[in-house]
Amino acid sequence: MKKQAKRMFDPSTIPDDLCPIATEFFDMQVGDWRAKRPVVIRTKCTKCGTCWAYCPTQCVVERDTWFEADLKLCKGCGICAQECPRHAIIMVDEEDS
Amino acid sequence: MGKTIVCDGNEAAAWGVSLAKPDMIAVYPITPQSSLAEHLTEFIASGRLSADLMDVEGEHTVLSVLQGACLAGARTFTATSAQGLAFMFEPYYRTPNLRLPIVMAIVTRDGISPQTVWGGQQDAMTVKEAGWIQMYAESNQEVLDSIIMAYRVAEHPEVLLPVNVCLDGNFLSYGIEAVSLPDSRLVDEFLGEKSTNWHAALDPERPMAVDPLTGGGSAQGASMFVRYRKGQCKGMQKALGVIEDVHAEYAAKIGRSYAPLIESYRMEDANFAIMTIGSMTGAGKDAVDMARNQGKMVGLLKVKTVRPFPVQALCRSITNIKALGVVDRSVNYGWNAGFLYQEVLGAMYHGTTRVSAVSFIGGLSGSDITVEKHFRRVIDVTERAYRGDVVKETIWLNEDD
Repeated sequence: MKKQAKRMFDPSTIPDDLCPIATEFFDMQVGDWRAKRPVVIRTKCTKCGTCWAYCPTQCVVERDTWFEADLKLCKGCGICAQECPRHAIIMVDEEDS
Repeated sequence: MGKTIVCDGNEAAAWGVSLAKPDMIAVYPITPQSSLAEHLTEFIASGRLSADLMDVEGEHTVLSVLQGACLAGARTFTATSAQGLAFMFEPYYRTPNLRLPIVMAIVTRDGISPQTVWGGQQDAMTVKEAGWIQMYAESNQEVLDSIIMAYRVAEHPEVLLPVNVCLDGNFLSYGIEAVSLPDSRLVDEFLGEKSTNWHAALDPERPMAVDPLTGGGSAQGASMFVRYRKGQCKGMQKALGVIEDVHAEYAAKIGRSYAPLIESYRMEDANFAIMTIGSMTGAGKDAVDMARNQGKMVGLLKVKTVRPFPVQALCRSITNIKALGVVDRSVNYGWNAGFLYQEVLGAMYHGTTRVSAVSFIGGLSGSDITVEKHFRRVIDVTERAYRGDVVKETIWLNEDD
């Protein structure tokens, strides 16, 4: 993925066995690591934002009347489910869903 | 013209640094390196050396900021000893992998415990597998000259590796000798333009990510990782020839020459030899001269470059001898012997000559290796090995002192 404002350095001008350098961005899909996914029960969610504040990967995104995890980035740690004061988030096995 | 001063090894190192004109220095004081740090700060305060001095809180940060400085194009210097080096190990271990031509003096000191602040080479020898080039100096003059030469070796485009110049704590760091300062203009010509970050840079004009995640089992990770490792080994092997060339050029330009890898002393007609490293060599040569006067056909080999180990030079130097007594100032716990001894055994496998080798360990924690008592014993035992005795046990020279 090329996202640069300036043209990146051209690595073909130097030997490729010196210091490792990179000139292209690569998004690692950490969501692929997940064993359980957080599912928000929208009838219970009051949109208090506790899950948003606690999420270590900051993957919780705001919707109209609720919050939920961006599953491309969510590693399934379960902290949001643990912290939710309304018990509005449950962790579901990926294999079952 | 240069001039001659009288100074200790730490000051000689500081003069070598000031002649090499680094852009940035970070240094944290530790015995026996402290006066080296003080001389550098004094040179900077007085304007003799126009380098940025980083005041940092410890050795881990010392080397980390120098990595950044080097990636930004600076010529850099630091120095440390023993526990300071141990605290520095995380960035130390990474520096050669990033191919950063940083020069660092190790004012060698024995390792704790038992608590010690005195000389020994346990610190430098313990880290010698991390990928830095290591050269050990015999005299204060060689300290100064080797620090200048170290920049040429480190910044050579086919080497591009960090260099340690090792000087014996106490014996060189505080020992006073006459030292000639080379003419600054000649040193400038010898060193040429600095070049530290053409291959990897922190530079908005050349945006790149330095040291991205590399390896793993997917895509070309494994082969890329191997490529970098092999590249580093290639630079290390290339360094052997470069170290020789740089010493020859230095001799031609500045007028002082040193054996770049292994020095042979009275080896032409020797039947057996002793091996030394660093400042003990002077006493070793005196002992060889005395033994020669008594008719013993003994020579001396001094190792200057330990990393990369000069395997071929070692094999060439032992072709005419039958026994070699190797004197170490450090302990290889895993082999119950000295480090250098173990290097010699390994190198001999690559040659056709096998000599009877004996391991001696002396000079630990500031103890002295004297001509009369210790080197005489080294020569006597090695002579016995030459005459056919099998000496398997490591001999601890200062055991009864």
